[in-house]
Amino acid sequence: MGIFLLKRTGVMLFTALCLTFVVFFLTNLEPNLEKLTKSEGNMRMTDVQVQSWLEKNGYRQPLLKRYGEWLGVMPGWQRTDEETGKITGRCTRYANKETGDIPSYCGLIQGHWGRSLVFKEEIRGIIAEKLGHTGKLMLAVMLVMVPIALIIGIIAGMREGSKTDRTLSTFSILTTSTPEYVSGVILIVVFASKLGGLRWFKGTSATAMDNVTFENFTLPVVTLALYGLGYIARMMRASMAEVMTEQYIRTARLKGMSFSGVVFKHALRNALIAPFTVIMLQIPYLLTGVVIVETLFNFKGFGWTLVAAVGNNDIELLLACSVVAVFVVLITQLISDIGYVFLNPRIRVS
Amino acid sequence: MERLGAADIFTSILGQFMPVWIGLVVILALSALFRSKLGLYGRLFSSPIGLVGLTLVLFWVLTALFADIIITMDPLSQVSGMKNKKPGWPVTGMEGSYYLLGGDNLARDVFSRMVMGSRIVLAIAPAATLFAFMVGITLGLPAGFYGGKLDTALSFLANLVLAFPVILLFFLLVTPEIRSTGVPLILAGILFLFPIIFFVLLFWSRFQEQPGKLMVLLAITLVLGLWAYSGLAFNADPLGVFYMDPNLLNIFVSVVFVNSPTVFRIVRGLVIDIKTRDYVAAAQTRGEKPWYIMLWEVLPNARGPLIVDFCLRIGYTTILLGTLGFFGLGVTPESPDWGMTINEGRKFLAVYPHPALPPALALMSLVLGLNLLADGLREESLKD
Repeated sequence: MGIFLLKRTGVMLFTALCLTFVVFFLTNLEPNLEKLTKSEGNMRMTDVQVQSWLEKNGYRQPLLKRYGEWLGVMPGWQRTDEETGKITGRCTRYANKETGDIPSYCGLIQGHWGRSLVFKEEIRGIIAEKLGHTGKLMLAVMLVMVPIALIIGIIAGMREGSKTDRTLSTFSILTTSTPEYVSGVILIVVFASKLGGLRWFKGTSATAMDNVTFENFTLPVVTLALYGLGYIARMMRASMAEVMTEQYIRTARLKGMSFSGVVFKHALRNALIAPFTVIMLQIPYLLTGVVIVETLFNFKGFGWTLVAAVGNNDIELLLACSVVAVFVVLITQLISDIGYVFLNPRIRVS
Repeated sequence: MERLGAADIFTSILGQFMPVWIGLVVILALSALFRSKLGLYGRLFSSPIGLVGLTLVLFWVLTALFADIIITMDPLSQVSGMKNKKPGWPVTGMEGSYYLLGGDNLARDVFSRMVMGSRIVLAIAPAATLFAFMVGITLGLPAGFYGGKLDTALSFLANLVLAFPVILLFFLLVTPEIRSTGVPLILAGILFLFPIIFFVLLFWSRFQEQPGKLMVLLAITLVLGLWAYSGLAFNADPLGVFYMDPNLLNIFVSVVFVNSPTVFRIVRGLVIDIKTRDYVAAAQTRGEKPWYIMLWEVLPNARGPLIVDFCLRIGYTTILLGTLGFFGLGVTPESPDWGMTINEGRKFLAVYPHPALPPALALMSLVLGLNLLADGLREESLKD
């Protein structure tokens, strides 16, 4: 188990390195840098001025060196102006306030995530705040989605092929066919517009960051939960249906145990192993949904920040968001792998 | 002129779809008649879920085919005075024509845009899925069959792409800026090679003993393949038949790139399972070459799950294209792409819901049809 854990973590870290490098490369493409220069300097800069600005600000070093600096494993660049003697560099911003010492390393590992162009704040603070908002959303979604999905799956898989099973399965297919931007639009029209006439909820969650109410939080949560719900329910159904055909279930039934007793005491425990993995792996998919839903409902969380960073060519912020996203995906994969082994004694022993 | 009532709108729309209804009836009646000879497709007619799915999919395919006849107005032209008008509103200055589902924020006809949007989706999604399958199959077969270092390397690459959040990949890959760096061209150059490799291997492994036939087939594959390849990937087709708009190429490549690792994993898993069967051992004893076994023994026996996944994946690709459109990364800014129309309509959703709703429902019904079809196919193929 220990070696397995170590190996998986190693692979995960290596994957993270590769992925962050790809993101670093794609966000630091030449056109993006030029756009950045013009928004930092001024819009009417000539090509020569752009090049000299990039040169002066350390963007013309080899890509690997810059990646190393950003990661915090290579010393940040420094330049002393020959006329004024003023030192500029990647790490001057993090100089010690009392001594004036400039740290030689300042990157992701040291906790220096850079500064956002759009929000004019330290990125670490922004990410922490926005992740908090999104965390609330995700928690609510999980609390709604997982129990409902499991119950639907159990009821459908309990008696495979029955009318209840067919109805519930069709419902599951319907929800997986409705991406968030479709169900969100339909829900807003039905529950929050003049046409629908119900106006139970608000079509925007712009106030939900500080003050979650039933009115402004229901629609985004339901929109997000619906899309993932069908998939988990189908997995649960398949797992349940498979367990119900096992020999020990028949034995339990034949010895006179009641149907509900069989379901709760024998089937459920074994049927819950497979959906666990699926639920964990659903989190990366939720990430796409989060970006869509936060944009649609104007909920200023992590997904909304990602869109803002892309829209404004905020390279450092986009990089930080990407790192967080990549790590969320990799860690959920790791947990699901470990959990699967842990929950399933047959794999654990061999 | 009076505004049309709900019943009139409904009958007018039904009437506009007349070619689709006729096509549906003809196709379904003919298929039902010859169902016993049509294999897996014919057996769909005994599964109600599969039949509903098939009907929905056929409906949209026929709509895309007959879109020119179905539309009532030009999907791109803006008529003054029709901005955000309600469904059934008479068109100003045109006697007897109506905006059946109202006008959007730029005074264009919502109904015609929705109908035309089906063309874009049905042109890109199946083709992109097919390319993803070609890539996934060509790499997944050897990975599963040989195992070892090749498998480890390819699986690592696949997992790398899969660990990338899809939405992030789209934001990074589908931007106007990236075109000038040539990244999409490199990706296209690599990904579009796989169909050619696949067919060359397919024919080469089978007809090695018949050089005459092999030469003809290889020549056809290479001429057609490289001709299309030069046009699609590099826009360098000497005859100008194959051409892809740079932005479309960008989207197409990204969608193929996102889908192929999943196909790779499915194919690899299937191959690992199938290669232990007796008929593979028999082929090996006969002295067949590995590629012959992979392409002509293993692959045909993996077709059931692959067909099911193909249907599901077209639906997923449709959703992905919609997502791209939703973030304003669609084919062209003016195009009636469903995702983009939803995106434009959502800004005024609380006041004017009618522009966003039709494309949303259209997209949902197409994906639902594909998913139901996949479910029906799975059920029927499991009965063997």
